[in-house]
Amino acid sequence: MAFEHILYSVESGVALLSLNRPKSLNSFNESMHLEVREAFKLIRKDKQVRALVITGEGRGFCAGQDLSDRNVDPNAESPDLGLSIERFYNPLIKSIQDLPMPVICAVNGVAAGAGANIPLACDLILASRSAKFIQAFCKIGLVPDSGGTWFLPRLVGMAKAKELALLGDSVDAESALAMGLINRVTEDDTLREEALTLAKRLAAQPTQGLAYIKRALNQSFDHGLHAHLELERDLQRLAGQTKDYREGVAAFMEKRSPDFKGK
Amino acid sequence: MNSSYDMLCVQPSSDGVQVIQLNRPEALNALTTQLLDELASALSVAQSDSDVNVVVLTGSKKAFAAGADIKEMAERDLVGILNDPRQQSWQRISQFSKPLIAAVNGYCLGGGCELAMHADVLIAGRDAKFGQPEINLGIMPGAGGTQRLVHAVGKSLAMQMVLSGQPISAEQAQQAGLISEITQPELTLHRAIEIATDIAKKSPLAVRLAKESILKGMDTDLATGLRFERHAFTVLAGTQDRNEGIAAFLEKRKAHFTGR
Repeated sequence: MAFEHILYSVESGVALLSLNRPKSLNSFNESMHLEVREAFKLIRKDKQVRALVITGEGRGFCAGQDLSDRNVDPNAESPDLGLSIERFYNPLIKSIQDLPMPVICAVNGVAAGAGANIPLACDLILASRSAKFIQAFCKIGLVPDSGGTWFLPRLVGMAKAKELALLGDSVDAESALAMGLINRVTEDDTLREEALTLAKRLAAQPTQGLAYIKRALNQSFDHGLHAHLELERDLQRLAGQTKDYREGVAAFMEKRSPDFKGK
Repeated sequence: MNSSYDMLCVQPSSDGVQVIQLNRPEALNALTTQLLDELASALSVAQSDSDVNVVVLTGSKKAFAAGADIKEMAERDLVGILNDPRQQSWQRISQFSKPLIAAVNGYCLGGGCELAMHADVLIAGRDAKFGQPEINLGIMPGAGGTQRLVHAVGKSLAMQMVLSGQPISAEQAQQAGLISEITQPELTLHRAIEIATDIAKKSPLAVRLAKESILKGMDTDLATGLRFERHAFTVLAGTQDRNEGIAAFLEKRKAHFTGR
């Protein structure tokens, strides 16, 4: 399947999805959204895929919405920005969160607007030293979307979240690491390699179990302790039924390295 | 798997619980006339099978049932609808007097939502979607959607769902009272069977009269409902199961009900 605005490939159990509109800093237009959606369908269908890396081509990761692509009807009073959120951004964030495998975001440059929040929906975030995170929404009268106002307080605490969202200042990779917004900083030229290495490592793990871990953690802030203990019980019940769990225990008993199939 | 049905998997009962699975995965379990007829028949068989105390009704991972079969519907004109054989199937399904539990995953829309609302207890996976999208086709719900939904979720949400055709999430369905529990999608059936097994251990007579009293109360005035409840309560006084239940409690042991 040939894509125009993204690159998609699969190798050793890892899917690589790279946003590919470098001239406009990989900002989203409708076609790119549709292609990303298509890629997610492929990832879900492909039994070989056990980890996903999302990154960008060129010097930016993603500058959010391509403002030249906002179809504003000249006769309308004001555009309904809720529509494109409803149709594209929200489903994308849900797809990332619900994907039953680890998703690594390799932030290779500027990440602004929705482009700063898409990484936050991923499970692990690596950023190159020159990457920048900018909650640019407040500068044009908008609200951080794509989960920004939900992820930020969870990742960095409310005080920092408000600072980032209300001031919209650029945050470099080192500061992002220090405040707990991301997991690792790499040199610019080794980012993709390190992300893929990490993804390959994850792709050899018990994928189904990792999917349950991800599900439990993603729901953790929404539950009281009692409800969450029940969720852990349910997910453990499911995890205990996987072949990989048996393999894990068998390998441990036989003092050998396990061969996980992701089921 | 019972070979006498094309569109259902009817599992042999275990611990008094029988699972019936709607099985047209290629069409998201759209309810054809045949499927409804098969379901009504399977329920009548379960009705008279003394090994079955409770039935769990479920669909597939993707859909409980995504609505009526639109192709079939398109072929019916006014007279066809007037003489619609499906009415009889719905009637038979609603007359099932043993507890019916719906385990819902995925799409539960239109006729599918109406079917689920025929169940006494509904539980659903986290990703289930409930809706009455008939209005989008220039029609309206025709198998209880405009009646049972109001009981389940109240007037405002029922109106919103029926008039806009927009579905609601499992979470919203639980808040509104349409379903009693939300589960991990992979565990919906497991949990439904758990609830069913628990009910199957009770006295079938008490269960049956309790179900009947609740349903009676839903379509009558309070005084009549209370009178019905009192009579049902009194009938149970003449059963062996009541003596056993009370004796077991006093002797601090488990009760063994026989349905007599």
